[in-house]
Amino acid sequence: MDEHHEDLFLTPLDGLHRELGAKMVPFAGYAMPVQYPAGILKEHLHTRAAASLFDVSHMGQAFLKGGDAIAAFEELVPGDYQGLALGKTRYTVLLNDQGGIRDDLMATRVEGGLYLVVNAACKDADFAHIEAGTRGRATLDILADRALLALQGPKAGAVLARLAPATADMTFMTFREVDIADIPCFATRSGYTGEDGFEISVPAGRAEELARVLLDQPEVEPAGLGARDSLRLEAGLCLYGHDIDTATTPIEADLKWVVNKRRRETGGFPGADVILGQLANGTERLRVGILPDGRAPAREGTEVQDTDGTVIGTVTSGGFGPSVNGPIAMGYVKTAFAKPGAPVILIVRGKPLTAKVVAMPFTEKSYKTN
Amino acid sequence: MSVKYTQDHEWIAVAGDTATVGITDYALAQLGDLVFVEVPEAGRTLSKGDEAAVVESVKAASEVYAPVSGEVTEGNSAIADDPSTVSGDPAGSGWFFKMTLSDPSELDAMMDADAYKAYVDGLD
Repeated sequence: MDEHHEDLFLTPLDGLHRELGAKMVPFAGYAMPVQYPAGILKEHLHTRAAASLFDVSHMGQAFLKGGDAIAAFEELVPGDYQGLALGKTRYTVLLNDQGGIRDDLMATRVEGGLYLVVNAACKDADFAHIEAGTRGRATLDILADRALLALQGPKAGAVLARLAPATADMTFMTFREVDIADIPCFATRSGYTGEDGFEISVPAGRAEELARVLLDQPEVEPAGLGARDSLRLEAGLCLYGHDIDTATTPIEADLKWVVNKRRRETGGFPGADVILGQLANGTERLRVGILPDGRAPAREGTEVQDTDGTVIGTVTSGGFGPSVNGPIAMGYVKTAFAKPGAPVILIVRGKPLTAKVVAMPFTEKSYKTN
Repeated sequence: MSVKYTQDHEWIAVAGDTATVGITDYALAQLGDLVFVEVPEAGRTLSKGDEAAVVESVKAASEVYAPVSGEVTEGNSAIADDPSTVSGDPAGSGWFFKMTLSDPSELDAMMDADAYKAYVDGLD
């Protein structure tokens, strides 16, 4: 791929990926490992059984700082950040004026403001939007010189505690500046797999050193974007641009919990009239989990019908869940069908296949909550 | 029995006027772990190039095309029941379907083992 994709950005771990035998693919302008020689299935199952290391350095990181940073940021998102304690992380969405989702992101209360992690494909637009929306009130410091590694799995806590004892008592969605193997990092106990784990921000120049230390731990194997996608789908987590987008509100996406209590009362975020109206009156469609009865996966774009053959929705993410050991999907259906157990029909290669609406996640989450 | 190969990475083993069709090691390596396989039913008439079978990995779905025209005489139900059996032996027990040949001259343009190896080497 080198000769065909010379214009791709490389992460600081590019050389390591190639050394490990990764299959590299273009993703959001970066050359990224989709899988290593073990393959997606094994990488996925290893993550649920032990711990895996993912390179997510393509994601955007930034500090939004200044005395008014939090109030200014709140005008872009429906989350309550004034009420969030220092060192706590909260998932939120950047909204447009129609209440549609411009991106989803993690924002952490840190000394002097917020630490933000946004999606790779949206980061330039996000940062321009945040900068414009907070101009004169806050300063956006884009951390282009930092890599981001995700250590995910039930053994991730034990692995990181061995290398950085200060991480042992961190709970889900908390942040700490911490040295890991003598490398200064920011660790957030969070992830995109449904498992316990950490996302670790590290200076780019020391990312490979940190990755090698983590991979040297007996529990840890590398995993690529392929496993990351199947893991997040089993966990029922949205993929931006697929399950959520600018034409989808957080209420339709069954993410109404991102509109925190204080913000429901005060509003003051883009599209608040639409979103508060939907909170009061409901929506015409909702994001749901869909479990096919047979073995055939139903991929993104698959039409969803009711049992009479009327179109009621679309699959937005679908594939095979290695831990479920069968096909799984999520998508949008008319609200009347958005209840667990509702029978639906998926049109796969022209054939109607029976399926049912289910609650997500497809696999149990195992976050460290205390 | 002669074995021929297509540019879509299928093999076709011909004995008399019937053929067995499967996918190559190269195809399997590109696909990764197979999680779903659908094979055609006996009696289905295929024209060369028709979508005959489906293979799916965790990540994506792909089609297996009919390398020649004819009628399916058997689909391999063993690989439909357990797609991982293809991975163990794609050139043997991991065959996809058997079919009759309505126009054996369609085989003439296909690659033999040496030509296919050279073709695959040129792709990497």
